[in-house]
Amino acid sequence: MPERYDGIPGTYVFDLPTARRGWELNRLGISLTKPENRAAYLADEDAYLDRFALTPEQRAAVKARDWLAMVRLGANIYYVFKLTGLRGKPAPMAELGAAQVGLEPAEFTRRNLERGRVGWPG
Amino acid sequence: MARLIGGIGTSHIPSLGPVIDRKLTTTPEWKPFFASYDPVRAWLAERAPDLAIVVYNDHGCDFFIDKMPTFAVGAAPSYPAGDQGWDVRPVPVAAGDLAFSQHAIECLIEEEFDVTICQELRLDHGFHVPMSLLFGDTWPVRVLPIAVNVIQHPVPTPTRCYKLGAALRRAIDSYPTDERVVIVGTGGMSHQLHGERAGFMSQAFDEGFLDAIEADPLALCRITRRAYMERAGAEAIELIMWLVMRGALDTRVTRVHRAYQLGVSLTGSGLIALENAAAS
Repeated sequence: MPERYDGIPGTYVFDLPTARRGWELNRLGISLTKPENRAAYLADEDAYLDRFALTPEQRAAVKARDWLAMVRLGANIYYVFKLTGLRGKPAPMAELGAAQVGLEPAEFTRRNLERGRVGWPG
Repeated sequence: MARLIGGIGTSHIPSLGPVIDRKLTTTPEWKPFFASYDPVRAWLAERAPDLAIVVYNDHGCDFFIDKMPTFAVGAAPSYPAGDQGWDVRPVPVAAGDLAFSQHAIECLIEEEFDVTICQELRLDHGFHVPMSLLFGDTWPVRVLPIAVNVIQHPVPTPTRCYKLGAALRRAIDSYPTDERVVIVGTGGMSHQLHGERAGFMSQAFDEGFLDAIEADPLALCRITRRAYMERAGAEAIELIMWLVMRGALDTRVTRVHRAYQLGVSLTGSGLIALENAAAS
């Protein structure tokens, strides 16, 4: 039988059902590897998002840059991360991590280092 | 016959690209990290490989989940940088080697590795950051890029990656030139970029992985994909690409260098260089 990946806490393994659920979200993400699409997005976000059959929840998550909601709705973080690079420079990945965890970036970084050394609780 | 001079495992952290491009590698913050690559760069300069097999993964640059190859092998004369969704780094166009690519692909498929053959391939940071770290601004090697799907599960098993490395070794050994080849496995080490568990790292896992990639790689083949994700973070599944590198080497190897730093960007950042124990 194929290996199962569920049950890792706080983790949304990007498997085939997830990829299917997040298809339009991820298609939006990959579309931003074309400069003309980045320009179109910046010119009119709503018009650009209309090109994709996002669910209302997915669309709201994109507009709010709610990374955790996007991930829960089927996004792969590498694809939707491209939303941060529209103006030429991507955000530090730590910003997205901190936002998903609900910590300030400095505290997030400090916590990660400490847990990375001594181990995560639980 | 061509000869494998050794293998390197290295992280491919994207945020290092701009640090290199802005020439910040000797600042107090960054100098210890970049200096940790000096012994490997010196070793490469001395061994002077002609060809580098670089096992990397695409992060949404030239591959997408519409059609995602498990193993994709370059068959192009050269490999330009692709657009990842923002400004492209000022990196060289990587020079390919058509004859070696074609030989490697023929050998792999003969051995029932039904790889995707890429007559065009645009590269991203998964390839570029290791090249910058190992070779600097200009790259004195021709390359064979091999992209592994570590994005969409199911990704290949660790054992399959190791066996791919062994098949690549036979391709090197049967290549009728005296060229010198190095193989680079990239990615990892521990990290998780998504979910409530974002920020997960484990120095204990990473140090154990570095021990085993040298001395007992089959133990790393026995770790399940789920266990990699659970013990080292979901995105640490990239470490299976180091097993392609290790599978190309002899069972017995000599360590040239090893370095580790917890918390470079969101990762445990690792580096190891190995050569076959009998290498002169």
